Amino acid sequence: MITVNHYLVVSAILFSLGTFGVLTRRNAIVIFMCIELMLNAVNLTFIALSNHLGNMDGQVFVFFVMTVAAAEAAVGLALMISFFRNRESIEVDDISLLKW
Amino acid sequence: MDNLMQIAMQNVNYGSIMPSLVLCIFGMALLLINVFLPRGKTTPASWIALIGLVVTAVFAARGWGDPQFGFAGHVALDKFASFSNIIFLFSAGLTILMSDEYLQREGYPIGEYYPLILFATAGAMWMASGTDMMTIFLGLEVLSISLYILAGMFRGQLRSNEAGLKYFLLGAFSTGFLVYGIALIYGVSGTTNVADIGMYLKSHPAMLGNPMTIAGMLLISVGFLFKIGAAPFHMWAPDVYQGAPTPITAFMSAGPKAAALVAFVRILILGLDGLQGDWTSLLWVLAVLTMTVGNIIAINQTNIKRMLAYSSISHAGYALVGLVAANQIGVSGILFYMLAYTFMNLGAFAVLVLAGKKGEENLTLEGFAGFGFKRPFLGVAMSIFLISLMGIPTTAGFAGKFYIFAGAIKAGYIWLAVLGVLNSAVSLYYYLRVMVYMYFKEPAEDYGWVTLHAGAVISIIISVVGVFYLGLIPGKVMEMARMALFF
Amino acid sequence: MLDSYLPIIVLIGIAVGFAICTTIFSRLIGQKKPTEVKLAPYECGMPPVGSARERMSMKFYIIAMLFIVFDIEAVFLYPWAVMFKKLGLFGFVEMGVFIAILLVGYIYVWKKGALEWE
Repeated sequence: MITVNHYLVVSAILFSLGTFGVLTRRNAIVIFMCIELMLNAVNLTFIALSNHLGNMDGQVFVFFVMTVAAAEAAVGLALMISFFRNRESIEVDDISLLKW
Repeated sequence: MDNLMQIAMQNVNYGSIMPSLVLCIFGMALLLINVFLPRGKTTPASWIALIGLVVTAVFAARGWGDPQFGFAGHVALDKFASFSNIIFLFSAGLTILMSDEYLQREGYPIGEYYPLILFATAGAMWMASGTDMMTIFLGLEVLSISLYILAGMFRGQLRSNEAGLKYFLLGAFSTGFLVYGIALIYGVSGTTNVADIGMYLKSHPAMLGNPMTIAGMLLISVGFLFKIGAAPFHMWAPDVYQGAPTPITAFMSAGPKAAALVAFVRILILGLDGLQGDWTSLLWVLAVLTMTVGNIIAINQTNIKRMLAYSSISHAGYALVGLVAANQIGVSGILFYMLAYTFMNLGAFAVLVLAGKKGEENLTLEGFAGFGFKRPFLGVAMSIFLISLMGIPTTAGFAGKFYIFAGAIKAGYIWLAVLGVLNSAVSLYYYLRVMVYMYFKEPAEDYGWVTLHAGAVISIIISVVGVFYLGLIPGKVMEMARMALFF
Repeated sequence: MLDSYLPIIVLIGIAVGFAICTTIFSRLIGQKKPTEVKLAPYECGMPPVGSARERMSMKFYIIAMLFIVFDIEAVFLYPWAVMFKKLGLFGFVEMGVFIAILLVGYIYVWKKGALEWE
């Protein structure tokens, strides 16, 4: 029997993987993908809890997290493009003009 | 007539979102005006944006006498939100005033600049008036996404690109923590409404010790502390502040920081007051750490913009002291202090905007040598702002720090207040050093490129008036800040 | 509880078995006469042009970004559509406002020239 706890554990694992990826990866796009993984782990938590508690607030929240993530993706990719145009790289080690 | 529609219609109250609604309409109108105008024609965009802010202020002020609630408990334009909105409007207005000539000088007269500032301000307002985690989260994101773009606005400038990208990556990372915390708290209490969470935790004290509640509280705190720029989550702040266009740095250090603080206050005191023992001990340590780290590193800076960035971190630490106190004086002190900080910091940045050359807006200390005698008006204004940032009596900075530390002492955190005062003493050194360079060094240059543009001068004058008004007669505004509290 | 998953397990078994069998049998029985054309990557029957690892034009990026935003915003239409009758005129007007805001963004993108290919 799969209970809400299973979902919570899976999403906690996904969230930790995302966090780990952000801290260890050096490519800006991969870092951003890890952030998206974290947000989707949160979405999974919300949906599991919403189903468990029997109220819809969590699912509504997921809609907003999704749309916000899309807007963030668009802005983030645009920033990466403009950085790439000037620097020909999207490695975070090259984001070095200002002390990181 | 159907039931659901009745409920939907009753709960909607446009009065409660009117300020941010007006800002959004002005922002969208500016965007469209900008693209439909033929190339080469410039609009008085900054003036339209300022009119938008004034109209918004009228609606925001309405919430003071006549609090508005709406959207099924998601939004409250109460006195607390109303007072905060005024802070955001001042920071946006002063930023817009100093921006016009700056953008011309740097060669980026970008039409999206003003609409984005308006959208960011609208996001800040949603955070202040959000009484549901959903509204606060949405406001935070509208604010942050606008700021990512604004920080990276100067596309051809590597410095600005880096600032935007860095702010974006770390900001999005912290958002992940924030929403995960919200999800866990939702799992415990079954609601995202801040007041309902507080009520649930009060009626189920057993849940307070639940690891999920504690983890949720910690994750939400991490998310907000990141946005406030508190140590140890401050690493992004100096880089982003240094790389972003100067007026945007000014804006980021005042408005959004205040927005994150007031939303944090509402969540902690209204929603998680059951855990007060836990979060006060956490914030006690972080407040001391933030003040100290900001001040100690600021001492070593030779770049004035970067120095102000570190000083901004330490000021976030002072504000957190008010939150540790979590009593009437402390929290109203935060509101007062953020208003005071808006005036003194934006004023200092307005001087920096005027003192910079094209592409060389990052002034070093040597670059300020003899500035005070060559440019007396700007020198005096800069000195006033620096004195206020130090927290010398008769200025706004002193009154703000006084209320915050008084709150801490009243709540029994005497050591915290002592450490805060000691930190202020440390900060004297690096603020005074700027004044020493301005007045006691031989001028290396004649500063002939500095022209006093109307917009920036107006914002400097408003800031000076604000600094002295809040410094000499703080009683009235402080009384309003105390009335603004929701507890 | 797990009984209800039995058909799915059977289906997975058949699918995997079919895939393995066809690969093995075609390897064993089939004739092999490789030519250069046959070994080339399959591109919808067109002769392949250049390497597949070329840099993409920035234009695709911009279109993709716009697509993400406008596509995801449509997510709000689904719950509204489900409750359309119950929400009635009020819901319709609110959704109209939402679409109008998206339209502002669309007009902005259009007039900025982000949709022009050349």
